[in-house]
Amino acid sequence: MENLFAFVIGALYATALFMMLRRSIVKLVIGLMILSNAANLLILSAGGLVRGAPPLIAEHLEQVTGPIADPLPQALILTAIVISFGVLAFAVVLIHRAYEVIGADDMNEMKSTDL
Amino acid sequence: MNIALVLPIFIPMLAGALTLACWQWRNVQRILSLLSGTGLLVAGIYLFSQVRSQGILVAYMGNWSAPYGITLVADLLSAIMVLVTGIVGLSVAIYSLATMSKKHEAFGYYPLLHLMLAGVAGAFLTGDIFNLYVWFEIMLVASFGLMILGGERAQMEGALKYVTLNLLSSALFLTAVGLLYGYAGTLNMADLALKLGNGEQPGLVTVIAMLFMVAFGIKAAAFPLFFWLPASYHTPPVAISAVFAGLLTKVGVYALYRVFSLIFIQDIGLTHHNVLMAMGIFTMLTGVLGAAAQFEVRRILSFHIVSQIGYMLVGLALFTPLAIAGGVFYIFHHIIVKTNLFLISGIMYRYHGSYDLAKLGGLYRNAPWLAFLFLIPAMSLAGIPPLSGFFAKYTVIKAGVLEGAWWMVGIALLVGLLTLYSMVKIWAEAFWKPLPDEAKPLRGESDPQRYLLYLPVIVLAAMTLTIGLGAEWFIRLSLDTAAQLLNPNGYIEAVLGPLGSRS
Repeated sequence: MENLFAFVIGALYATALFMMLRRSIVKLVIGLMILSNAANLLILSAGGLVRGAPPLIAEHLEQVTGPIADPLPQALILTAIVISFGVLAFAVVLIHRAYEVIGADDMNEMKSTDL
Repeated sequence: MNIALVLPIFIPMLAGALTLACWQWRNVQRILSLLSGTGLLVAGIYLFSQVRSQGILVAYMGNWSAPYGITLVADLLSAIMVLVTGIVGLSVAIYSLATMSKKHEAFGYYPLLHLMLAGVAGAFLTGDIFNLYVWFEIMLVASFGLMILGGERAQMEGALKYVTLNLLSSALFLTAVGLLYGYAGTLNMADLALKLGNGEQPGLVTVIAMLFMVAFGIKAAAFPLFFWLPASYHTPPVAISAVFAGLLTKVGVYALYRVFSLIFIQDIGLTHHNVLMAMGIFTMLTGVLGAAAQFEVRRILSFHIVSQIGYMLVGLALFTPLAIAGGVFYIFHHIIVKTNLFLISGIMYRYHGSYDLAKLGGLYRNAPWLAFLFLIPAMSLAGIPPLSGFFAKYTVIKAGVLEGAWWMVGIALLVGLLTLYSMVKIWAEAFWKPLPDEAKPLRGESDPQRYLLYLPVIVLAAMTLTIGLGAEWFIRLSLDTAAQLLNPNGYIEAVLGPLGSRS
């Protein structure tokens, strides 16, 4: 399971960076989307993967016994998903407006504020 | 729960919500904005006086004790930063009454500004590293909105770079937080400091430290990660540029100071003395060389933000009490000076309708007081005694001499000289030379709102003078701050309770 996750996370990071390095701003935003998902999966696997063990304490017990999923990474990812969703919604609107204002989907056309 | 810790976050957040509710009523928004700015400043002063008299303050949110819930912590560094946030927030709130057009206000300038200030204050006060990420995002989303307010072409181009690089940095930050949680099993900064202090895999910790350094380095605009800043900071309206220039990069610097004095102090030789030092030196040099090549006032000032970040980084990199004190002094001096310079560039724009040095001129004749007010922060930035910048640079450089970091000392002195050069360039072109023919004078001293424009500028200039003339008190304050930062046990004990009592 961990090995599969490692491959998936690595592939997602690689894809994200590749997409972000393209000149098209649509691909740039797709890259950002993939990047935030890669980070979320990384948190999940860094917190420890457990199969079929809910983060619950059984009735009548004070502490957990046996395997348990760590609820904190899930809470972190939930927060991160909400944030990245909001930010991505902004980014999508931004590229739409940028496309309207600049009239191009090409990062090479957007150098007037650089040096 | 200590109310002093909550107010600096609560006041601007409430103001953000209320101004959002009063979307239709501009005047109500303006009054709320002023009230919130004043409230934030008062809360900052209150917090600072509390921290000064009682030491590190801690508040547990929802009464969940330290490693489990979210903790708000204020040591001297946090308190100083919150206080300066209040100063900048109020100055910009006053200044924007005169400069924000109806269109900008109608698209939610005030809600965004105050939500951003809430994010900044939250980032300074939190004691939990994931919560720091959340505050960063609150601050960033609000700043994205501010960046494109008005929707001009240049703003779109600048915003694309700003948004992309900051989202990339956030993703790296999140990655580093995930790895850190996987390694240490905690996110509370004090608990992390404790757990990493006796960790078994220093190599892994150094890798995570480097990830944090890149993530915060992008936000702080350190070399070689700063290119988004001069591409974007000069595009929004000037009041927004001023608050960005003053506060946002300094949140990145604050995060570096916090994380690299509290958590990642296993391998100081590599992380501080090598990597951070090289980053700092190159940041100083590239920033100032970029500034020397520019002929547009706000771009020169943007590059100078980068250059001055370098001094703060070398202060952290040397990691001696005097160097950290110099860095802290530099941070609060720089926030005030840089905000002021951007506000002044806005007034210059109102005289002749341009930021381009080739189209400016004769301001000394038309507005001698503006010229005088420009000289104070400009010379302070360049490090001329007895202004605040001199003592900031002097402290950092003296610490460098004592440590024998001669490369850093030499380059810091050279950068001071080049800073002076570009400030003199603005002075000579905009204020001294006669007005070129193609430039048209717009509004002169008859500007009806000039009191609102000049008030924050005068107050900030007076603060620069105060910091310079009363430098002894401020240096003692910085030394106290540095002592707190270099002794993480105090922070850990304040958050988690006495060290011996835990197993």
